[in-house]
Amino acid sequence: MRSDKHNRAPFPLTLAATGGLLFLHLPLLLIFAYAFTTEDKSFQWPPPGFTTRWLAVTWARPDVWQALTLSLQVAAIATAFALVLGTLCAAALSRARFFGQEAITLLVILPIALPGIVTGIALRSAFGMMGIPFSFWTIVLGHATFCIVVVYNNAVARFRRMSPSLVEASYDLGANGFQTFRHVILPNIGTALLAGGMLAFALSFDEVIVTTFTAGQQQTLPIWMLEELIRPHERPVTNVVAMAVVLVTLIPILGAYYLTRDGAETAGSGK
Amino acid sequence: MTASASPASPDSLASRASAALWRSPRLLLLLLLTPPLLWLGVVYVGSLAALLAQSFFSFDDFTAQVTYELTLSTYAELLSPANFDIIVRTVTMAALVTIASAILAFPIAYYAARYAKGRWKAFFYLGVMLPLWSSYLVKIYAWKMILSKEGIISWAADKLHLGWLLDAWLSLPVVGGNSLSVSATGTFLVFLYIWLPYMILPIQAALERVPSNLIEASYDLGGGPGKTFRHVLLPLAMPGVAAGSIFTFSLTLGDYIIPGIIGTSRLFIGQAVYTQQGTAGNIPLAAAFSVVPVVIMAFYLWGAKKQGAFDAL
Repeated sequence: MRSDKHNRAPFPLTLAATGGLLFLHLPLLLIFAYAFTTEDKSFQWPPPGFTTRWLAVTWARPDVWQALTLSLQVAAIATAFALVLGTLCAAALSRARFFGQEAITLLVILPIALPGIVTGIALRSAFGMMGIPFSFWTIVLGHATFCIVVVYNNAVARFRRMSPSLVEASYDLGANGFQTFRHVILPNIGTALLAGGMLAFALSFDEVIVTTFTAGQQQTLPIWMLEELIRPHERPVTNVVAMAVVLVTLIPILGAYYLTRDGAETAGSGK
Repeated sequence: MTASASPASPDSLASRASAALWRSPRLLLLLLLTPPLLWLGVVYVGSLAALLAQSFFSFDDFTAQVTYELTLSTYAELLSPANFDIIVRTVTMAALVTIASAILAFPIAYYAARYAKGRWKAFFYLGVMLPLWSSYLVKIYAWKMILSKEGIISWAADKLHLGWLLDAWLSLPVVGGNSLSVSATGTFLVFLYIWLPYMILPIQAALERVPSNLIEASYDLGGGPGKTFRHVLLPLAMPGVAAGSIFTFSLTLGDYIIPGIIGTSRLFIGQAVYTQQGTAGNIPLAAAFSVVPVVIMAFYLWGAKKQGAFDAL
């Protein structure tokens, strides 16, 4: 093997790659340390002492629970809308070739390609002009708009891998369109939809920019967090909430990864 | 086998409907696309068009009312020194963040694409995905902790007897400030941290497609690591860099939360949009401001397409 020595990473490269990964992860680990600090006025490092007292305090806070509940509800409904609309788009665009197809693909990507603030202010002024009051549903509408693309990306990759002869075979055996969907198509695209749905859920759960424009008095968890970042009330509670959010978002990401790792598609690349 | 899986009677409504759809794929396509297009094409694009229309109206500062007459005066206002400054500052920041993230991303992407195998490959993949998908606000919050006066960076600088260096940097104009968390350096670091994964993934995707025998051939022909990087790897990675830069550039241009929480009081485009539409109520100027990143990105995408960025997405 003449090029044997080139199959091992050179030391500077290993160092740079490790350094880069540390840069990405150390800030997140810091969140865990601060959640247990006894210092409650500043971000003093190293923490003077450790306590679990703030876990209990945060647990008893109704405003945190309300914000969390609202975020979960919004994310669940926005994901449901995005699943339906994203799957329809993927089914239509995966195989067919027709005039305007590229325009529709662009349309699906647009809400995530444009800066969030543009989407936010556009929806806000449109709601204003149509006289729609800001509510739970305006938040959902905003979130579903940019969640469609995540479902679409996962579903379209799976549709393209699925052999069209499966559907034809189902028709030949006498099943109608609805039976084919239920018994042939759905089992094939199921895990892709689950992965896309999880990522859409995570995206919605974390969204803050569009939400600041489409929410009225409602506080989703990110909006609550933003308030605390701008005008801190009780730092230790925010620290604990931050840790909880990191832990909770791990679940859908790992889940989506395990669901799609065998396929060629990558579940979350390009948020 | 469940009962519903048995062949449907050919006369049932469902069967006749699906047979009709099978015979005319156009109709099926229309049915599939109508709901998403109603949402995205009508509600969303309608909103964008309405926003664009607003930017051609003007705002009367005395009556604080919008004048509904078509004019370009709002766009002219963008060129006033104060507003133009905001645009230049934002574009400069976006360019710096893009360059720095490309430099930081390359070794990670290259290692993951060429040297990481099996278990390590998954480790690298998740190592990029987890920070990417972690909560945006929590990441900003973590940096507020890190950059604060009593935070870990000041502590580390003191321990290493480098406190003077930090103070010297903070006393510089433009990049400095009272502490890192209220300096442009802080804003830059947070932007870099938050958008870095968006740069790693496309570069990695581009590098995965470079056959390893190309690199071996370069070595065999006498190209050292430097030459191989310069003449083989970098040109092949460029579409990935261009694709990643679309994200880092666009996301920095439109962000208003990061510079508001960590940084100086000097505004970025996103903050200008936010204050104009909120407290000032000047929707036309806010709309004109929000057109700026869209126009810049349109040109950017056009250039990136020439670089072949879309094949690397």
